[in-house]
Amino acid sequence: MAETKTKKRPTKKDILKAYGVTPEVALELMRQMLLFRRFEEKAEEGYAIGKIGGFCHLHIGQEGAAAGSIAALRVDDYVISGYRSHTQAIAKGVEPNAIMAELYGRADGASGGKGGSMHIFGADVNFMGGHGIVGGQVPLATGYGWKIKYRGEDSVVVCFMGDAAVNQGAFHESLNMAAVWDLPVIYVVEHNEYGMGTAFNRVSTTDMEEKSGPHGITGVSVDGQDVLATYALFTELVADVRSGSGPKFVNLETYRFRGHSMSDPVSGTYRSTEEVERYKKEEDPIRVLKEKLFSVGVLDQEKLQEMDAEARKIAADAADFAEASPLPDPKQLYANVWAEVNPHGRLFFDGRSRD
Amino acid sequence: MAVMTYRDALNAALREEMVRDPDVFLMGEEVAEYDGAYKVSKGLLDEFGEQRVVDSPISELGFAGLGVGAAMAGLRPVIEFMTFNFAFLALDQVINNAAKLHYMSEGQFRVPIVFRGPTGAALQLSAQHSQACETYYTHAPGCKVVTPGTPADAKGLLKASIRDDDPVAFMEGELLYNLKGEVPDDDDFIIPLGVADLKREGSDISIITHGKMIHVALQAAAKLEKDGIEADVLDLRTIRPLDMDAILTTVAKTNRVVYVEEGWPYAGTGAQIVSMIQEEAFDHLDAPIRRVMQADIPMPYAKNLENLAKPNADRVVEACNQVLYR
Repeated sequence: MAETKTKKRPTKKDILKAYGVTPEVALELMRQMLLFRRFEEKAEEGYAIGKIGGFCHLHIGQEGAAAGSIAALRVDDYVISGYRSHTQAIAKGVEPNAIMAELYGRADGASGGKGGSMHIFGADVNFMGGHGIVGGQVPLATGYGWKIKYRGEDSVVVCFMGDAAVNQGAFHESLNMAAVWDLPVIYVVEHNEYGMGTAFNRVSTTDMEEKSGPHGITGVSVDGQDVLATYALFTELVADVRSGSGPKFVNLETYRFRGHSMSDPVSGTYRSTEEVERYKKEEDPIRVLKEKLFSVGVLDQEKLQEMDAEARKIAADAADFAEASPLPDPKQLYANVWAEVNPHGRLFFDGRSRD
Repeated sequence: MAVMTYRDALNAALREEMVRDPDVFLMGEEVAEYDGAYKVSKGLLDEFGEQRVVDSPISELGFAGLGVGAAMAGLRPVIEFMTFNFAFLALDQVINNAAKLHYMSEGQFRVPIVFRGPTGAALQLSAQHSQACETYYTHAPGCKVVTPGTPADAKGLLKASIRDDDPVAFMEGELLYNLKGEVPDDDDFIIPLGVADLKREGSDISIITHGKMIHVALQAAAKLEKDGIEADVLDLRTIRPLDMDAILTTVAKTNRVVYVEEGWPYAGTGAQIVSMIQEEAFDHLDAPIRRVMQADIPMPYAKNLENLAKPNADRVVEACNQVLYR
């Protein structure tokens, strides 16, 4: 790969150094974002042909937010999220095959087919779900922070939520407790500007960054479409929190290119088609990184296509894996309602056979 | 009479009551600009303006409680929950405030509020979005619970609920919104709360149910008819107040009962109803009553497991045959 000799262009060293990111990390972030994009497109396809049912919320447009933040974590750090979380699960280490199989409702799914798109879990890689009620995961993240402090560990919790979640009581109650008890949690709002079909400024008179201030937690904003900036910020925050600086709040500014869920329109009364198109053209996180890496010669078209082909293959393989996976065994219907089936007393009451 | 969908019947009821009474307003997530997540409030923002059709933040406890306060203060709020799954966040306001204030104040305050939205399973929405929530509300004295299963009932019961002076949990079927049926177009078409409706007449067995499950019961009755069994299908329509007279009448007629409900069995509304039948009509029963309910588990996502978990017509037929000793 030839270094550029044009003087106007920043050198590879300069631009990546400004972010504190090595070329290897930058390429890895690109690889992840491509995978997230192709995986979600495959899910979109699966939904369109009826392989995936229920509610399915895609992360297309928000790949930089997922990749840049989670890449800054250690394996033993925790991630918890809402219902737009397929890519975050991949980033934390849940196998794409298991996620796609879950979307297909199959036995090899990450949650055995019982959870679906909104409830992907990966306990072995510290991905704590996958939650369907707006704001419902925020107190759980606080609980993980509590456990880390309780046991004197040094891992960190990253809790994702959408912008509409900050109007829930659970958000404010959690931030207050995290601040009072100095818990190692980074609360992250993926601010894509719309809670379903409602623009953020229609349901809040204060800016996102100010939401945590009243609880004694300083908020910081970052451009989530710039994966390098996101990575740089999270690297710094994670180190701070790990060293005991207490909870943080991040306004991760991003934009969703698809409808709220697969059953909602991309645009309509709440946002114009022109607005969506403008973001897709100017604020696509993959394009933003591509232009940076091309300009400094870390990446070229040929290498990009190679990486993209690899991403498409992983996504296609995941769909094939899901398709080949069997339906859950009907015997699993009653499995895991309880952790322990006691010998005394009757647990179930519907008269169905549980053979 | 006009043929309309369940969705349009609810929309007509809201519109008519908002025209009739300027104190009626609608508040909830996505009810205004988005026309409602399930389009029940379509066109109401244009007709009544943003003071009366109000998009709320995602703050269920907050806007439910705001509604309770506004109702105490004399307005007639209709609070839409996008689904009753999200109303658990607001349960404190409904149970501890709305349902108790009239009693705690010895009648000084009335709370004429309607909490409405879909309940029950739709298709593959998984555990947090697929649950029948009626019993949480029937359990609390002070709260009325309405579960319409047809377009006409939806309209007549919603109008009655809005005019009622007590808090009403008005629980719609997510899979019923597109259901069509004849609906009276009279502006004062009211179905009083606490009146059941015999949706089908028979003399061999009584299938007692409410809400979306009336359609499962009617399917089962059609299957039984082929075997020469004629079932009464009693639609309770409201499960609190409960039309016990109608229940006792059908029990006295057929002497055999199958109860069908979408919710969980343990301490469900059906457990209460079955208990009351044996207390008040024991001598009329020729067989133990059987209940057909959702499997006693959180709803799974996978289609095959979901089908196993839901009540269906075959399961109702099987229960009827057991009660008929066939």
